[in-house]
Amino acid sequence: MSSIAIGCGAGFSGDRLDAALPVVRTLIARGGPGALMFENLAERTLAHQQLARRNRPESGYEPLLEGELTPVLGLCMEHGIPIVGNFGAANPQGAAQAILALARALGLPRPRIAIVSGDDLSSPMGRDLVREHIGHTFDDEHFVCANAYLGAFEIAQALRQGAQVVVTGRVADPALTLGPAIAHHGWGPTDWDALAGATMAGHLLECGAQVTGGYFADPGRKEVPGLDNVGFPIADIEADGGCTISKADHTGGLVDCRTVKEQLLYEVHDPSRYITPDVVADITRCRVDQVGPDRVRLSGVRGHPRTATLKVLAYFDGGWLGEAEISYAGAHAEARARLAMDVMRKRLGHQLPLRFDLVGCMSILGDDRGRLLQALPAGQAQDVRLRVAGRHVSQEMVDLLIREVTALWTGGPAGGGGVRVAKRQRLSQMDCLVPREQIVARLEFL
Amino acid sequence: MHLIALHDIAHARTGDKGNHANISLIAYRAEDYPLLEQEVTAEKVAEWFSARQPTSVRRYLLPGLWAMNFVLDNVLDGGVNDSLNLDMHGKSLSFHLLAMRVPSPRQSPTEDSP
Repeated sequence: MSSIAIGCGAGFSGDRLDAALPVVRTLIARGGPGALMFENLAERTLAHQQLARRNRPESGYEPLLEGELTPVLGLCMEHGIPIVGNFGAANPQGAAQAILALARALGLPRPRIAIVSGDDLSSPMGRDLVREHIGHTFDDEHFVCANAYLGAFEIAQALRQGAQVVVTGRVADPALTLGPAIAHHGWGPTDWDALAGATMAGHLLECGAQVTGGYFADPGRKEVPGLDNVGFPIADIEADGGCTISKADHTGGLVDCRTVKEQLLYEVHDPSRYITPDVVADITRCRVDQVGPDRVRLSGVRGHPRTATLKVLAYFDGGWLGEAEISYAGAHAEARARLAMDVMRKRLGHQLPLRFDLVGCMSILGDDRGRLLQALPAGQAQDVRLRVAGRHVSQEMVDLLIREVTALWTGGPAGGGGVRVAKRQRLSQMDCLVPREQIVARLEFL
Repeated sequence: MHLIALHDIAHARTGDKGNHANISLIAYRAEDYPLLEQEVTAEKVAEWFSARQPTSVRRYLLPGLWAMNFVLDNVLDGGVNDSLNLDMHGKSLSFHLLAMRVPSPRQSPTEDSP
């Protein structure tokens, strides 16, 4: 059977809205079977959407959904390219309704929209299940939501039943690619090597430009042509699960063995056991070969039987994070920034956990306890920005931090400028494994 | 024997899961991979990142890709949800690894050690 070309339209929530159209045009020009996937759910994104939905029940799905689909929905429907996305987030039904409304507004025929759900374990029954598996550290009072990572077979079933758009909540990121590949090639649930190969193809696509020269350039070492117009990736997936990665035509960027290797290992721990809901993939003996300009083939991925459990992430209200910054420049800038840090430590340090950074001297490599910064000898830096960050269960304490840094305008060392402040609600995360038979994935059509 | 920066012979990328980071280290050329395997041990990487206090560092070898994968446990001050670090994902850690210098039997393309 011929291969299927699966393109990526987004690699996270908030990705570039002009990325998908060149991918779709390329799929159309190539002419074979194709699909377009959108990955919009980083670990925390879903919990933030749950919080949004509490305030506005009709929200809770990808906020940029209309912007993502407007340029491509009509073209994809016209050319038989199904769209699969986890843009349903905390409200797949809401996302499906929004897509229906969008199609109407664009004057398109009514699309056949499938919804994959069952991942949301935030109901009282779901919560009981998660509590049972997390144990005594489960914090009922601050619970926000819990979602299981679902696999690809419901997506595949939706496509086989003619879905033009498949909306999901939490599924494993590679499932957005694996689903269309299963539907096309007709793999069964124990075709481990094929499932593993297509899973790693999905892994390569799921961060958008990160496999096509994005997040890669290092001037003088790793040059990337046209990074300002970096093209998004396409994977041609063959019947045995092997794949060839390329990118949208007439775009910048680069696909070579280096870009593919970096993304292949991204967020991987043990490369002999990359665990997903559908298969355990093993890349220890895989091959990565350049087979043409901007074309790299991945082969030799092996699959092992899927695990008996599904991963669940649970989120809890984690209080507040506040951060505030002020700059010092010119003569004695570092000495004045360090004095400002000392003033903040004396006024606030006993009230909430704080982290200090001197941007321009040391701001990233140290840990939150600041031992590296303390060990750094005072220097003569002339452009230094003090950052104070703190967390607390109470919003009032974080507001206090922000007021105190702001008060350095008039009550701190000489010549401070450029105060910026920010605060946001924090979410803390716990995970657990739940026997897969206790989580039921559902498929319905709108 | 002189020192070269890993940056001269390899590239790297960091990923995060919860409070754990992984850092790939990939040789540009097959002939440099054995040097990475010999010199960039889990112990040396743990020492190099000691300011972030990893509770353990594991190294996985992928010679067919001229690559190694390091997993640094509990190195992100609680990770993306809890850390007060500007770079709460630890994404910039890969280039800190590339700043590590190792003894090299061959002439460095850029500079010699003092």
